[in-house]
Amino acid sequence: MSILVDKNTKIICQGITGKAGLFHSQQCRAYAKEHRPGENVFVGGVTPGKGGTTVDDFPVFNTVAEACAKTGANCSLIFVPPPFAADSILEAADAGIELIVCITEGIPVLDMARVKKALAFYPKSRLIGPNCPGVITPGVAKIGIMPGYIHKPGTVGLISKSGTLTYEATWQLGNLGLGQSTAVGIGGDPIIGTPYIELLEMFQNDPGTEAIMMIGEIGGNAEIKAAEYIKAYVTKPVAAFIAGQTAPPGKRMGHAGAIISGGAGTAEEKMAALEAAGVVVARSPGEMGVALKKAIDNRK
Amino acid sequence: MKIHEFQAKELLAKAGVAVPRGIVAKTPEEAQAAYGQLGTAVAVVKSQIHAGGRGKGRFKEQPEQPGVVLVKSAEDAAANASRMLGNTLVTIQTGEEGKKVQTLLVEQGLNIAREIYAACVVDREVAGPVIIVSSEGGMDIEEVAAHHPEKILTEAFDPVYGLEGYQARKLAFALGLEGNALKNAEKFFRQLSKFFLDNDCSMAEINPLVVTEEGELLALDAKVTFDDNALFRHQNVLAYRDLAEEEPSEIEAQKWGLSYVKLDGNLGCLVNGAGLAMSTMDLIKLHGGEPANFLDVGGGANVDQVTEAFRIILADKNVKGILVNIFGGIMKCDTIVTALLTAYDKIGIQVPLVVRLEGTNVELARKMLAESGKKITTGLDLTDAAKKAVASIA
Repeated sequence: MSILVDKNTKIICQGITGKAGLFHSQQCRAYAKEHRPGENVFVGGVTPGKGGTTVDDFPVFNTVAEACAKTGANCSLIFVPPPFAADSILEAADAGIELIVCITEGIPVLDMARVKKALAFYPKSRLIGPNCPGVITPGVAKIGIMPGYIHKPGTVGLISKSGTLTYEATWQLGNLGLGQSTAVGIGGDPIIGTPYIELLEMFQNDPGTEAIMMIGEIGGNAEIKAAEYIKAYVTKPVAAFIAGQTAPPGKRMGHAGAIISGGAGTAEEKMAALEAAGVVVARSPGEMGVALKKAIDNRK
Repeated sequence: MKIHEFQAKELLAKAGVAVPRGIVAKTPEEAQAAYGQLGTAVAVVKSQIHAGGRGKGRFKEQPEQPGVVLVKSAEDAAANASRMLGNTLVTIQTGEEGKKVQTLLVEQGLNIAREIYAACVVDREVAGPVIIVSSEGGMDIEEVAAHHPEKILTEAFDPVYGLEGYQARKLAFALGLEGNALKNAEKFFRQLSKFFLDNDCSMAEINPLVVTEEGELLALDAKVTFDDNALFRHQNVLAYRDLAEEEPSEIEAQKWGLSYVKLDGNLGCLVNGAGLAMSTMDLIKLHGGEPANFLDVGGGANVDQVTEAFRIILADKNVKGILVNIFGGIMKCDTIVTALLTAYDKIGIQVPLVVRLEGTNVELARKMLAESGKKITTGLDLTDAAKKAVASIA
């Protein structure tokens, strides 16, 4: 079992004729072919004005609605450049796409505020990201830019704000023989489609998930909220790591969301809240896997 | 992106947000003339730098001279300006090195009845813009929030339409404003929210916002920052960028698509991905070292970028060693090593270099490093690499 992505997921890419869009569409298609030979998982793409053409055997459509009608797609992977990405998210929602995964980095934050408000009118659509590595259910489908081969099928639900740090955690878990049910990159921006809490709830309810690994960053209070939620509702073992313990206040650390303002959103606060909720918190990024193992062993 | 107070006030005035009359002066003569033009008995001469705490700040070359000063004559304005212009102002926010003052803003004096606070920011929790107001103007708002949270009012507003009239009135009533001030506050708050949205600000803070004896509301100070991701649609704002106020190494890094932040330590680090880069800093500190920087080379990391990254790290004279931490996912480790070795030769790296690689083709990459004949130490995992890097400069 898994969350968000399963055998019924049919993927298109918005921005498929761009360099990154095509490359990653190919990678995702190859992943699906390797694990589910004979099935058509990645079914095409959208680039306005290039409808009716094909790119590397992917059919290209002018609109998401047309792509959905012709291919039965229910998931979209977005690689559209930042100035137009918000519009693409809304187009996907309006076409009835259920899972929208937006990889694009650098979308203006007020665009996302408007998207977030508009998405309230599309309760069937869920947005993951933006500025995230995507979602993978190992052995089933990869919808994003993560290296597929490091993810092994298993029972750990992984939620992360960061890209390469997620790969690092996955790697460490793999070395301990722990695979993932689903790994979700939620994105490092101040406004994102799906926060920790909604995913914690899904993992808690997913019979295929036995433990949860959460990777956070400085800035904002999403991890504090997650800690409160875990304390109240999550019975599965949880481990966490918070990046940016040594980051100075007022400086933005790469991700638009990773900035400590006025003493709020520090790693220290977040780690304390998570520990108080019974989460095993890794002090070092070298010990993320070990922390999860410990969280599982604590319950035995 | 940050801009100066006088620039912020220009933009605010254009957007219909009331600001005091002011004139920019770059010479003592201009400051003298500005006093005359303003025509008020008292005028204020304000240093323009990208840092707060100017009123309490003092100049390195003129230890008695404050960064913001009241003047009562044209001669007084000129004399103060000559002690300020070209000199270095040190405030609580500039650090010891201070910032050179090149521009002054000379403003009219006001009959101040009250000082309040107003700011617009994006609130992650409501996933949209909010306006924050407080009866405590002229104070550090973080302090007010910590000690008197009841004195802070927050109102979320629509990201398209801005603050509605009833919302603005609610805030104005709560602040105890009456008569003209009440009417002016409604307008001020609404225009400020529109300004915030129209310019893609990340913050528009008016502190203090003064209420005059006449019931006017005016932005006495203005601190405005912009969402870097939205600057592409605000060429007018981009024109306000003052490179003299920014860290030169960070400007250089931006040109190459690198995300770099200079820190105070002596162990440089070069990492792919923001989260991993932050974690690498944490790791260095955890093992007793001090990171010299945050540097994210991004997902691509080609030879040019890696070379520039090394150049920028090594331009910092404090750097005594470098830790490279790369998780090669889509980008293969051997590609990274090729870039690394090319950069190594190009730059002529003299300091100890510890490299930790993981991911696709890592075996090949490690072999390439080992056979390169260069003085490069390999870290086996994160912890091992951090320990070796810290030890290499101990």
